[in-house]
Amino acid sequence: MSAAEWQIVGFSVGVAALATLLILPPGLGLAWLLARRRWRGKALAETLVALPLVMPPVATGLILLKLLGRRGPAGRFLHDLNLDVVFTWRGVVTAMAVMSFPLLVRGARVAFEEVDPRLEQIARTLGAGDARVFLTITLPLALRGILGGTLLAFARALGEFGATILVAGNIPGRTSTISLAIYQRVQLGQDAEAFRLLAVAAAIAFLAVWTSEWFLRRGARR
Amino acid sequence: MRLVLEKIRLPLAPFTLEVDATLTADVTALVGPSGAGKTSLLDLIAGLRRAPSAFIELDGRTLTDTGRRAEVPTRERRIGYVPQDGALFPHLTVRGNLLYGLRREREPGPFTLEHVTEVLEIGPLLGRGVGHLSGGEKQRVALARALLSSPRLLLLDEPLSGLDWKLKARILPYLQRARSEFGVPMIYVTHQAGEALALCDEAIVLERGRIVDQGPAAQLIVPTGRPEYGLRGGAPAT
Repeated sequence: MSAAEWQIVGFSVGVAALATLLILPPGLGLAWLLARRRWRGKALAETLVALPLVMPPVATGLILLKLLGRRGPAGRFLHDLNLDVVFTWRGVVTAMAVMSFPLLVRGARVAFEEVDPRLEQIARTLGAGDARVFLTITLPLALRGILGGTLLAFARALGEFGATILVAGNIPGRTSTISLAIYQRVQLGQDAEAFRLLAVAAAIAFLAVWTSEWFLRRGARR
Repeated sequence: MRLVLEKIRLPLAPFTLEVDATLTADVTALVGPSGAGKTSLLDLIAGLRRAPSAFIELDGRTLTDTGRRAEVPTRERRIGYVPQDGALFPHLTVRGNLLYGLRREREPGPFTLEHVTEVLEIGPLLGRGVGHLSGGEKQRVALARALLSSPRLLLLDEPLSGLDWKLKARILPYLQRARSEFGVPMIYVTHQAGEALALCDEAIVLERGRIVDQGPAAQLIVPTGRPEYGLRGGAPAT
């Protein structure tokens, strides 16, 4: 593999990890609210969260482009802060985050729902407040399911193509990820390079899904 | 102990739980057929569930008063709860479970880890994972965990029902010792006449959400059981 290819791999793993880390706090919060609380607009929130899973990624990318472009409502504001998103690495992170968010929320929600509410109630009778119950009972018992969902979200982020290409383009050395680079190499007839990247992508994806399955199995057994 | 339950109205699936009663005995048996609302009543007392109407006062302290929209949160009620399956925290060791609610008082009361583990004979289990305990051990740990939170009242929801007859006979003395050693008032839900007679001073009978009988346990309950109260006799359970 060439230095340029290693750069692409390193960049892809880095932004995918960053996107996953960024969606963790809101994702876990929302998953907990969906699993444990009844509130107005819950059904709407569930639908909105699931949308990126079922919409064409390119369509999601177009929405993000319109929102975050320099003339978009959010983009203008971000441009003033010198935080341009479109056609930068931030665009890659944003596209990945939006596309993998539903997977994280779904995984974490199931994990929270599987925690017996009776255990949380007993913890309250023992003097624990909401934060302590969450940190010492709910979170540890849901941890494996959450880790499984997180790894799936990471794998999804790494494979993201449709939304990324619209929001971030495919700028070599700046926004080019493994997926984008494979597509470009195939277009240019550079099959050998494409296959090398393919092998790396397959290895990372295999490892992520395999580890995730392992966590989910261990979680289910308990 | 003086537990006042007034104006309690909680709609349950086929009927409404309607309770007005004052409990003053050290240990009260709460009996009645399955689905009579016993666990719902315990949940209301512990603050785990809310009713449209309820006034609950324990030893002069108002815990719930829907009329004045007052509700002391569960964590501040100091009411221990031992459910049927023990509900031990599966990711903690026995010691972790026991220490979860341990209250360190300025004046050390009877509820020290050493004393409670000694009375219930669970010292050797402290380092074990919860998954490696037998049914009887689990219930003793659950009882110890509740006691260590220095409760003002202990709610026991059929704590022995999952155990076989022999094991029940072995665990019952631990409950009696907990009663005499720590003097914590208890409300004890059971379907077993023998347990109620061995442990309880008074009994209340709940049927379809209403109290149909209340009085000294020795008068209301006979060892051979009372099927209409959901009470089985002293013969080995099958």
